[in-house]
Amino acid sequence: MSRPLLSRPLLSTDSLVKRFGGLAATDGLSLSVAEGELHALIGPNGAGKTTLIGQLSGELTPDSGTILFDGRDVTRLPVHKRARRGLARSFQITSIFPSFTALDNVALAVQAHAGHSFRFWRDAGRDRRLADPARAVLERVGLGARADTRADALAHGEKRQLELAMALATGPRLLLLDEPMAGMGPEDSARMVELLQELKGGVTILLVEHDMDAVFALADRITVLVRGKDLASGTPAQIRNDPAVREAYLGDEMEVA
Amino acid sequence: MPPTAPRTALLTRPRIALLILLAVALALPTVAAWMGEPFYVRLATRILVFALAAVSLDLILGFGGMVSFGHAAFVGIGGYVVGILFAHQSDGSTLFGLPGTVNGLVVWPLAMLAGALAALPVGAISLRTSGVPFIMITLAFAQMLFYLMTGLKAYGGDDGIALWSRSTLPAPLNIADHTTFYYVVLGLLVAALVLGWRLVNSRFGRVIRGAKDNERRMAALGYPVTRYKLAAFVIAGALAGLAGALLANATMFVGPQYLHWSRSGDLIVMVVLGGIGTLIGPVLGAAALLLLEEFVPELMDLAHAGLGEHWKIVLGPVLILLVLYARKGLWGVVAGRRP
Repeated sequence: MSRPLLSRPLLSTDSLVKRFGGLAATDGLSLSVAEGELHALIGPNGAGKTTLIGQLSGELTPDSGTILFDGRDVTRLPVHKRARRGLARSFQITSIFPSFTALDNVALAVQAHAGHSFRFWRDAGRDRRLADPARAVLERVGLGARADTRADALAHGEKRQLELAMALATGPRLLLLDEPMAGMGPEDSARMVELLQELKGGVTILLVEHDMDAVFALADRITVLVRGKDLASGTPAQIRNDPAVREAYLGDEMEVA
Repeated sequence: MPPTAPRTALLTRPRIALLILLAVALALPTVAAWMGEPFYVRLATRILVFALAAVSLDLILGFGGMVSFGHAAFVGIGGYVVGILFAHQSDGSTLFGLPGTVNGLVVWPLAMLAGALAALPVGAISLRTSGVPFIMITLAFAQMLFYLMTGLKAYGGDDGIALWSRSTLPAPLNIADHTTFYYVVLGLLVAALVLGWRLVNSRFGRVIRGAKDNERRMAALGYPVTRYKLAAFVIAGALAGLAGALLANATMFVGPQYLHWSRSGDLIVMVVLGGIGTLIGPVLGAAALLLLEEFVPELMDLAHAGLGEHWKIVLGPVLILLVLYARKGLWGVVAGRRP
């Protein structure tokens, strides 16, 4: 299933292995995400998607293999350093700052990439260099009207939007989105798909998602992960028609999709 | 969230409460003199000193979520800087080839430096953990220092060092005078509160508070979280060191008991009692704890001789009630719920 890449890969893994006890959650995986594409990662529960995201973001260290980001080896780089290089992620389980307002959540993300934060005197709450870009990102994800609401008072769908807004506000080169539609109703999901559609092309995205409608609507390429291995990679049409994929995984959903 | 008073109204309830507190603090020596109770000035000074230590703890405990159970160690170290330099001055001996001194402009900054330098390795090691292990490691470090000072016979060991004069400050500040010393301590406490206020609302403060809310997310956003938490820990250590220098001057004594874990516990009680993560709350907490400690045993002894030593029977229920019904402690009661 190898094909020439449209452009050089922004993120790639080579023979990545991560074991938990006897179980290989990532089993010699070589994956490549091209600059500018929206690459979806699908697979049944237990396929190793979350483990892979953990290794790509830096929270887990692989047992062997390498991860290249923007041509450089980041395999052993800590989480915050990868983030500084432009690798942003959203979390499957909403991970926000509950006691901050929505605006301050995003402002904190802006601040993370506005130089160091050993600034002890100026009131950050009145700093327009943080608030203005933060407000712009909130508007972009459709949360503009909720800027001054405490994050823990937002509705579930709004928290998911905020989650994405924070990743976006760091001005990333690559977005790792871990099930951005998890727990969302159809209306919120539709809005999220629309939003991702807008983002597509502007920023490279690796999307892990269970919602097959969303995946097939959005993805430029899809990788199917089964038991830690790359079962198939290709365009949505290729994946849809791949007999191995049908057999291993998509069978039922294909009727729907 | 730190208190962010609405910017529209000029006289909000928290601001009025602050003004009243400041007025009371400024008028206290005059009132005490008028009442013929000069002792109250010295009690109030001690309250302000502990308030400073509690405020420094609130910076890391209330805003950074770092439950340090060894904060009294940094207070004690600050006190020992004053005591040790005093001892060398009084017998004319040298320390590392340098003479001792009682000059406050030298000794107090040195106490802050010592507090910060001690906090650096303690923080660097204990911040590798969090939660209960963090509590235990900070406690262990403090107890280590406690036993170290107990065994340090050159500086009094168990008995500590008695001072027979206070530090000297440039004229006209003669802090041998209790009232002048009181105002100097008040000034330093107010300065520390202003500094703390700016700090928690600055970019740095946001990082610290963000790490308390969600450390994992902070890392994913690109923050080297531990570095910022360590910086906060060191700043708190420096302020605690200053409190220690003032404490030595207030009590004219330094001893290992200043570093004892129960003193660290007292500081936590002050923070919780006064209102965690409010900065000004710990000042109320320090006042409440020391006033209870001062007057409740007396009252209990009046009721029944010997009952006074069990005064913490009263403290316990007060703490429980406050924790249950006033989440932001005494300051929450005074300043009311924020909108």
